[in-house]
This record gives sequence, C-alpha cells and structure tokens, in this order.
Amino acid sequence: MAIDKIVAQMPKALSKKEFSYCPGCHHGIIHRLVAEVIDELGISGKTLMVAPVGCSVFAYEFFDLDGTVAAHGRAPAVATGMKRALPNKIVFTYQGDGDLASIGTAEIVHAANRGENITTIFVNNAVYGMTGGQMAPTTLLGQKTTTSPYGRNAKDNGYPIKMSEMLATLEGSAYIERTMVTTPQNVIKTKAAIKKAFEVQIRGLGFSMVEVLSTCPTNWGMTPVESMKWLEDNMIKVFPLGIFVDRTKGVL
Amino acid sequence: MKMLMKGTEAIAEAAIRAGCRLYFGYPITPQSELPEYMAKRMPQIKGMFLQSESEVATVNMIYGAACTGQRVMTSTSSPGFSLMQEGISYMAGAELPAVFINVMRGGPGLGDIQPSQSDYFQATKGGGHGDYRMIVIAPYTIQEAADLMGEAFDLAFKYRMLVTILADGMIGQMMEPVELPEWKNVDEFSTPDWALTGTEGRVPRKITSFDINPYELEKMNLRYQATYQKVIENEIRYEEINTKDAELIVVAYGTTARIVKTVIDMAKKDGIKVGLFRPITLWPFPYKRLSELSSNVKNVLTVEMSYGQMVEDVKLAVEGKADTPFFGRSAGVVPTPAEILEAIKKIVRR
Repeated sequence: MAIDKIVAQMPKALSKKEFSYCPGCHHGIIHRLVAEVIDELGISGKTLMVAPVGCSVFAYEFFDLDGTVAAHGRAPAVATGMKRALPNKIVFTYQGDGDLASIGTAEIVHAANRGENITTIFVNNAVYGMTGGQMAPTTLLGQKTTTSPYGRNAKDNGYPIKMSEMLATLEGSAYIERTMVTTPQNVIKTKAAIKKAFEVQIRGLGFSMVEVLSTCPTNWGMTPVESMKWLEDNMIKVFPLGIFVDRTKGVL
Repeated sequence: MKMLMKGTEAIAEAAIRAGCRLYFGYPITPQSELPEYMAKRMPQIKGMFLQSESEVATVNMIYGAACTGQRVMTSTSSPGFSLMQEGISYMAGAELPAVFINVMRGGPGLGDIQPSQSDYFQATKGGGHGDYRMIVIAPYTIQEAADLMGEAFDLAFKYRMLVTILADGMIGQMMEPVELPEWKNVDEFSTPDWALTGTEGRVPRKITSFDINPYELEKMNLRYQATYQKVIENEIRYEEINTKDAELIVVAYGTTARIVKTVIDMAKKDGIKVGLFRPITLWPFPYKRLSELSSNVKNVLTVEMSYGQMVEDVKLAVEGKADTPFFGRSAGVVPTPAEILEAIKKIVRR
C-alpha cells in the first residue's frame, strides 16, 4: 500500500541516539516538541543548545544541533555567553527544577532580568531525578522523597518555589508560560507555548521560558499512569497552568 | 609611542589589540579599572562588555562565549578567582580557550585589597576539581603584561587551554609608560573547526567535559595530558639575571622579582653576588633550567609575597643540590629591598 500522506515522523532536529529516560518520564515528549518546533521554524542550522546537569544531562546528544552541557545550574550564563558572542543565532537552555530552581537561581533570575534574548525549557517534576529522588525546591508540602522521608514540611524546608510566577515579575521576561503534557490536548498547548517562546527570541523581544510540569514515575514510586493522575491532582494546585507574562502583544 | 597607563588599563587595551572583543566580568578591587575600561572601550570597537551578576556567572558566560571560537576574557581578584574555579574545571575539561586575569590580593577569605602572591597554588596546581592544568603567566612590569596578552590568546587557541595572567595588586594598580602592542585584525581570525556556530551545512558539534563511560573519559583525560606535555616541552619561559657567577640565586616572579632586581645592586655593594631566576610561566614551571643552575650555588632563595608556595616547586627543581631557604611577606604586605637583602646576608654569612 502506497503511503499517501506522512502525518507523523521523527523530527529532524532530534538525533538518532536512544533516549536514556525512564518509562513514563515526560522528557521524551518535551524533547520531541522542542525538536518539532525547531524543524517548523527552520532554525536547526542556527540553533545552539545548552543542556543542564540532571536527568537531561544527555540532552545535548539527543538533538542534532550544536550543543554543550553546562555546570549544574549555570546553563543560563553559558547561553548568555553564546548569545552575546553570536547575537544572530538561536540559543536555548533545557533545565530541570533542581538545576534551575535551586542551584541555578541566580543565573536564571539575572538572565531573565537582563532580558537575555534566549529561550529556556524548564522541566519541573518536583524532585531530583538523576541523583535518586531527593527533595527539590519544587517538592510539594507533604511529598515524601529520599531526603524528606516524612514528607516535606514548611517549617524545615520552606515552600515549593514558583519560578514562573517569580520570573514573570522581572521586566526582562518577555514571555513565560506553564504547561503540562498529560493529555494530547495539553501536548498541543505545550508545543504552541514552546513555539511562541522561540518566536519571541527570533523577534529579539527578550527572555522567554516555558515551564512544563512533568512526571517522575521512578522516583515518585508510581506507574506512569498513576503519576500522570498525581500530577493533575496535586501539582497543578501548587503550580497552576497559564501564561504569567506576555510582553509580546502587538508584535507577535 | 609610549603612554603612561595603569596596569589594569594597559592589560585591557593590549587584550583588545590582541583581538579580544568579548569581555565578561564582575567588579572587585584591586582590578575594577579593568572592567571599567572595557565598559567604555568595547562599544567603540564593536566589542561586547557585560557585567555579570557574580564571578560564578562570569566564568560560565566565558564558557559559552568560548564555545563559539572567539577571543574572550575576564579579569578578577583572588576571592573572585576562587568563585570561578568550578567553571575553570569545566572549561579545562571541555578544552575551551580563554584568558583569565587574576590580580592577586591578600587572603585567605576576604583578606585585604593589597598586593599578594598567595594564589600560586590555586593557579598552578588547580583550584578546581579533576586532573587539569592551565597555563599561568606572571608578568613583572606593565610593559611585559601588555606584551604577553597577545601571546596568552595565541597559546590558549594553539592548545585549546585556559591561560591565566597571574598579576598582583602592584602590577594592577601602578602606572608606567607602556608601548602598546600592534593591533591584530579580528577579521583575519578563522573560526576553529570545533566551534559551536550552528550546524548549517555540516554535522553537529558537541563541546563537553562529560562522559559517563569511564574508559571514554579516560581517553579524554589522556588527550588533555598529551596536550599538557606539549606545553611543557614548548612553552616554558623564564628570565635570568646575573646567574652565571652568582653565589646565591633568588627565585622570584612578578612584583617580587622586580624588588629583587634592586636587591641585586644593593648586594653587589656589600660584595655579595646575587643572581635572579624569574619564572615567567609558573605553569609549566622551569624545573629543568633551575635544576641546572642550582648545581653551581650553595643557596637558592625563594622570595614570594606568600608564606611559601612557589618554594615547593623550587625544591622540586633543586632536588637537594643546594639549600632552599625561603623569605616571604604576605597578606598584602610588600617586602622591602632592605629586608630581602637582610635575609640574603643571613644566609650567605651562615
């Protein structure tokens, strides 16, 4: 049977390397969406990526792009150096919540505040994945992790940090949205958000970030399906979906 | 034409003439005139100056900019250099070229803002983690600092290594007449074949210090070591003054070497023949030449603005062939010629 129309295939911006992610983890979906957007915008030949330290430490290998891996939390500073050296190229960071919301808070805050014309894909799964499920600054109150075995309590550990809300207060942030990928509808919304974030950079409007809520079935101790339900039932209450800042009106 | 310039400003202008168009930095005494000069100068020559939020961010901006294959630098002073050590280790592992200026001040901790040489260990033995080296150059005049900037960038790119100009607060803050180096034409620089510039028309390039497979990481490490060996073979620099008929050789670098030059003349009047051995590259250290020289003298005295750091390399070079006394003042105190002479007299009359 002849194929009339290809409706889905592997994005060109992804490499042939097999993902190293656990079953049910959302990194794979999010990688694919970023790659599809890069293909659709036709920017793969001029895009540089900066991978973080954490589960997505190998991300620079998974994309068929020029790329590097930064020290833990420092991706926005590395991306700043690249963008300042090559202002006409597209530069993005891909970071987890331990990387961006804990050890790398200074770098992300100041990159956003400078209106650094880069894009950040921020994957928040409320836990440190790579090191074995320790408490992250995004861990929910009461959530059990290997370093909060009795559940996170505010008295000792403070509260889940809301990076999108925080960064949206900065005038350099042009576009910040939080999404999730638990349903096909949400996958489509996330892709649209990522596309918009890259378009913001292409137009030179300033800092753009998409925070994607993600599961970690392995470290949450749940099946992939259970973990999606847990995300929808618990994480959205603390990390509501939506656009937190959009300074692109009239331009995009 | 000679110009009267402050050390930090002469270094900045020399770097620009050597083709540096990207500067990232964070203010810290005693070198803040350097970023100030860059802030003013870079926009005039289509260069880029960015004041970062911290030295931690600075070194990572340098990492990112260096990935593009362009000439990039920063400058700082001791506490700031400490903060950069993480990124320096990553850059060494990623084989990225860049030039760092460390205008050393008194330490440890917040210390003070006066000249010091107590970051010798940190610079030459690696303040960051892992088996890495960086080329460390120690100028002793502002002229030499300006002259060495071009060479620093050339070495960084030739070997894909980091080069640190290890100066002290005296070199940074004093003013001297300087003959600035010739301009290099930035348009003539070719983009290296490892640089990240976007994949247009070619296969993707990756820059990393990372490999989860120990046997692969070992290969990377062996490649670094092979590079370091080449640097040791080809790039050792030093100066000798009156070492031929000296009865005592002083080993000193930077500002201290300059003070010792004065001491040589003072000692001559007292009938003591003092020679000066001045390492210009602190890494690679000129072990071989110092070893040869130490066969002819009873004493090889190390003088530093530290409580004894380079003296450990001097001892390795001398290998017991001569005595290796030490004289140092540190914490921001600069030794006077008179007290160095006194130290020499004590040794000679022993």
